[in-house]
Amino acid sequence: MKNSVKINGDVEQISLTQELKDFIKLWKSKPGNLIMVLHQVQEHFGYIPESTAFEVARLLNVPVAKIFGVITFYHFFKLTKPGRNKIAVCLGTACYLKGSGDILNEFSRQLNVEIGETTADGEFTVEAVRCVGCCGLAPVITFNGEVVGRVSSKDVSGILEKYMI
Amino acid sequence: MAFKNYILVCAGTGCESDGALKINEEFKTQLEELGLDGEAQLVKTGCFGFCAQGPIVKILPDETFYVMVKPEDVKEIIEEHIIKGRPVERLLYDKEQKTIKSGVEEIDFYQKQFRIVLRNCGLINPASIDEYIAREGYGALEKVLFEMTPDDVITELEKSGLRGRGGAGFPTFRKWMFSKGVESDQKYIVCNADEGDPGAYMDRSTLEGDPHSVLEAMTIAGCTVGADTGYIYIRAEYPLAIERLENAIEQATEYGLLGENILGTDFSFTIELRLGAGAFVCGEETALLTSIEGNRGMPTTRPPFPAVKGLWGKPTVINNVETWANVPVIILKGGDWFGNIGTETSKGTKVFALTGKIKNSGLIEVPMGTTLREIIYDIGGGIPNGKKFKAAQTGGPSGGVITADYLDTPIDYQTLADLGSIMGSGGLIVMDEDDCIVDVAKFYLDFTVDESCGKCSPCRIGGRTLYNLVDNLTKGLGAEEDFDKMLELSKAMKTASLCGLGQTASNPVVSTLKYFKDEYMAHLAGTCPAGKCKDLVNYSIIADNCVGCTACARRCPVQAITGVIKGVHVIDQTKCIKCGQCVAACKFKAVLVG
Repeated sequence: MKNSVKINGDVEQISLTQELKDFIKLWKSKPGNLIMVLHQVQEHFGYIPESTAFEVARLLNVPVAKIFGVITFYHFFKLTKPGRNKIAVCLGTACYLKGSGDILNEFSRQLNVEIGETTADGEFTVEAVRCVGCCGLAPVITFNGEVVGRVSSKDVSGILEKYMI
Repeated sequence: MAFKNYILVCAGTGCESDGALKINEEFKTQLEELGLDGEAQLVKTGCFGFCAQGPIVKILPDETFYVMVKPEDVKEIIEEHIIKGRPVERLLYDKEQKTIKSGVEEIDFYQKQFRIVLRNCGLINPASIDEYIAREGYGALEKVLFEMTPDDVITELEKSGLRGRGGAGFPTFRKWMFSKGVESDQKYIVCNADEGDPGAYMDRSTLEGDPHSVLEAMTIAGCTVGADTGYIYIRAEYPLAIERLENAIEQATEYGLLGENILGTDFSFTIELRLGAGAFVCGEETALLTSIEGNRGMPTTRPPFPAVKGLWGKPTVINNVETWANVPVIILKGGDWFGNIGTETSKGTKVFALTGKIKNSGLIEVPMGTTLREIIYDIGGGIPNGKKFKAAQTGGPSGGVITADYLDTPIDYQTLADLGSIMGSGGLIVMDEDDCIVDVAKFYLDFTVDESCGKCSPCRIGGRTLYNLVDNLTKGLGAEEDFDKMLELSKAMKTASLCGLGQTASNPVVSTLKYFKDEYMAHLAGTCPAGKCKDLVNYSIIADNCVGCTACARRCPVQAITGVIKGVHVIDQTKCIKCGQCVAACKFKAVLVG
């Protein structure tokens, strides 16, 4: 569905924190714990570093293949580190009809980055998201989680300037 | 001590992101500074529904309704309204600019609405169980535990005629009855809060505004079918709803309304949250259950239905948020009362997220059988900017369009199905003449293709092929025989796909082909009447109209427009990215789209 998985690529070795290990211990006996554990890992790191998936596999006694199967199935889980700033443009129907597709392209053009990817300097990730649920404010983007409503593509440079400082 | 005034500040997601939190803080600080915090009580409520006019502040007991409030307005509201008792007129909602409308009942947006599901949204503080209890909350649970047998509960549900609000409309009492009838050492209750339909936020607002109503209903179901564990499967993208649910579960447990020996009886019930992770297919019940089990959220064949064999193979009652929120009211007021509202085939009300090209976008609840005209024109205020209504879309990626000819059809499960659409979960998107119907069909297909889990080939391959055919049309590469291919593929997908996603994925295409064949034909001939399909559109400047103001050249993001001041400008077609900004910038109608 998304995310290409590079196993044993030249990625940083990141380990689970003690807190995360404790969380896993707490959830180990509960059936269906994997997704909740992955949420916790992603909340801590901002993504799921590859090396931690192996640790989770060992601690939960689940095959690594299953873990990557689950991570790559769900849009929410990321295997690559997001940029310092996350720009998400809502492509829900209400926003789309009001031109959010153009807004998305404008961010991608101005930052010179493909949709769903991060700029080379690691500053910005531009992604398309499904319905933020603020359809009354359409078109909507979120900038580092903060909702900005009634945006138009001519506001893009202004928004970027505001956050670049 | 009774308060003289109550200040209700909407803390739904829409208003919060528009500054409602700051407004609430302002009120808090200023009331404290003036020593008025004993006289006026500040309440952070759930969604009022009138999102287009947010942030909203309502003052009780006089029901004054302030719209588009800014933090700097707080001082004036306190000084004028709270202290002197005079409403701040400039903040009142006044659509016609003629009469001043201050109360909720006077505002058109609310007049045709009837609130069962949203009964507490915008009225109580969702973080306080006491306020829920004060509004008869947990009264239904008490009634079920002490006055009713499980069969009584099911009879009331049957009398009510309540059908599943997630989209398919399966009679709720049957699900409960099937589960109750199965012998099992373990049963489960599940709430489907994986609202994935783009352009819809009914469930989110219900959970944010009135979380206890869902907890109470699930507990009632647990008591009725003999389950002791409930799960709420909610999108991780809804942090505010998650926070309020967690808080509500904690409070209910503290009050003995959840947990061991509820209200001193031998009935025990716990509820836990499980987070979704952004997979639309998980809204399908069998996929959702697979996801709770910690797997890739792929659907399984039915039968067996979850009511008989669901979560971890055990009988499971799974209902959508809106369905749950109806249950306590049905128990308290009786199935007959509920059954009197609505139409022959569809009882009660329906919550819609009214969005798109509509003046009053927001969250509305209307009795089943309300016509689309009443929703769009009376409640929604019509189409903005004097544009013409083109179509309304219900049911999201699984639904279809309703055209102007059918505006007076009373909306219920049956009539929508007859029109080739579905009720769906409640997204209602209004399109005007500027929207391209082929582009919209493509938009929905793109969504379902991306969200297909890939398990069965009719959906995986059929969806992609169908998308390619529509995509070709938008690029001027279509062929006449493609229309037959589209319909044939759609039929195969509908018949052979494993789950609801694949079975309905072709609906947007079939429905738009039925009502807007001429627009498809125009694309076939190489033009997009709405000017949305970029490959079929060229931008050029009409020399006679151009005054050389340079507005377009300055706005063009790729410097494709050249020309000197007071001279005719020219668009370089090789550089043009067809963003349409020059059209917006030109005040002289000098940019030709076509």
